[in-house]
Amino acid sequence: MAGEGVKLLGYWASPFALRVRSALKLKGIEYEYQEEDLGNKSPLLLQGNPVYKKVPVLLHNGKSISESLVILEYIDEVWKHNPLLPEDPYERARSRFWAKFVDEKCVPALVGVITKVGEELEKSAREAREHLKTLESGLDGKRCFGGTKIGFADVAIAWIAYWVRMEQEAFKIQLIDQQNMPLLAAWIDYVLEDPVMKEFMPPYDKLVKHTRDLREKLTAVVSN
Amino acid sequence: MSSRGSKMEEVKLFGYWVSPFCRSVEIALNIKGIQYEYIEEDLTNKSPQLLQYNPVYKKIPVLLHNGKPIVESMVILEYIDETWKNNPILPEDPFEKARARFWANFVDQKCFPALWKTIWSTSEQYEQNKAEALERLKVLENELGGKRFFGGDSIGMVDIVANFIGFSFRTIQEALKLDVFTEDNFPKLWEWAENFANCSPVKKCLPPQDKLIANFPPAYMGKTLVSSFQSRLQLQFHPPAAAK
Repeated sequence: MAGEGVKLLGYWASPFALRVRSALKLKGIEYEYQEEDLGNKSPLLLQGNPVYKKVPVLLHNGKSISESLVILEYIDEVWKHNPLLPEDPYERARSRFWAKFVDEKCVPALVGVITKVGEELEKSAREAREHLKTLESGLDGKRCFGGTKIGFADVAIAWIAYWVRMEQEAFKIQLIDQQNMPLLAAWIDYVLEDPVMKEFMPPYDKLVKHTRDLREKLTAVVSN
Repeated sequence: MSSRGSKMEEVKLFGYWVSPFCRSVEIALNIKGIQYEYIEEDLTNKSPQLLQYNPVYKKIPVLLHNGKPIVESMVILEYIDETWKNNPILPEDPFEKARARFWANFVDQKCFPALWKTIWSTSEQYEQNKAEALERLKVLENELGGKRFFGGDSIGMVDIVANFIGFSFRTIQEALKLDVFTEDNFPKLWEWAENFANCSPVKKCLPPQDKLIANFPPAYMGKTLVSSFQSRLQLQFHPPAAAK
């Protein structure tokens, strides 16, 4: 499908950029991808997102859209086929709620696992487990957040499946418990098998190394 | 009572009179001309309904529409706009809509916490917190530019979400003798605030100034008083943690 000048500025390890790539793929939109060097951001990125200077940024017909969830909504509104959001306003509200919940609660806890040590790390891991358990309730017994098939919330949240597994392995801590969170564990399996969702997940070993390096750097700063 | 299928049936809002998040919802309901029942919550003693309707966060505002709860003020605003299509609060054009959402998020995540922190600053913290708030307001004022409202000729989502800047913050800062949001520093935002506070959907739900002032004792009034009061409010609002 012709993209009418669609370009995405992203970063391979960014879950937020991943969301947008998955959404564009689900809609079958052709676009140019530009990998950003976050240590040397391109003029296009600085211009496209002057407020935060962060990826992802979607460029479409010369206009720039920032903030991954805002971009997802934009994509859904411009390209109306294969809708991401359900039609019913109440169900739309539910999808938006869970996408926001992940950003507000799960992200800080999962970041805490990377950046903290000792007791603070334990606390972050505990919080992450708590929030993941809450997240499970959002499935409402269904296979995915979108119901029977992947929708807005799944696209927004899918990266968690990957990152949680990665953090568990990289830092030898438990975040997902098959017994305690069977539905979420099943959703994680489902999402990681989905060809579209897994297409843009970063190479696993590379991500593990990247995260370990990041942790080393950040915790060295903290303890100094 | 109401006709079947009428969207005007049973709209309830669980709120707290000080909360700008709750005020956002009220303003949106007023813009759309929706009749609703308002239920004031005691945040130190939350009602069983509140806990039932918002089990994840246990917070206000909660909009109840035909028995279904919608929570998180920005999610509620989108719901209201999609359910009642008169007087839209978001633009029609997808790019302008994205822009409005972006700036609404900026106000919610960057401006409000920064301003809130200045209110609760000790004298040592004030200058630093003020500097951060000034930075954020500057960005916001640049976005406003020459427009009457962020939404253009009439108030839209960004204006609604910025209601704290539009009214309550100025009242509180005057009472506490803070100098964060001044007409000299932010002439455009100042004018915006005057216009905003005068809009009828906003005027209808503004708290009385004296009641608002009484609710925010000066930070120098003694640690015990402030901390107990603060802990009550922090049940509800973003705590003044470090900005993301």
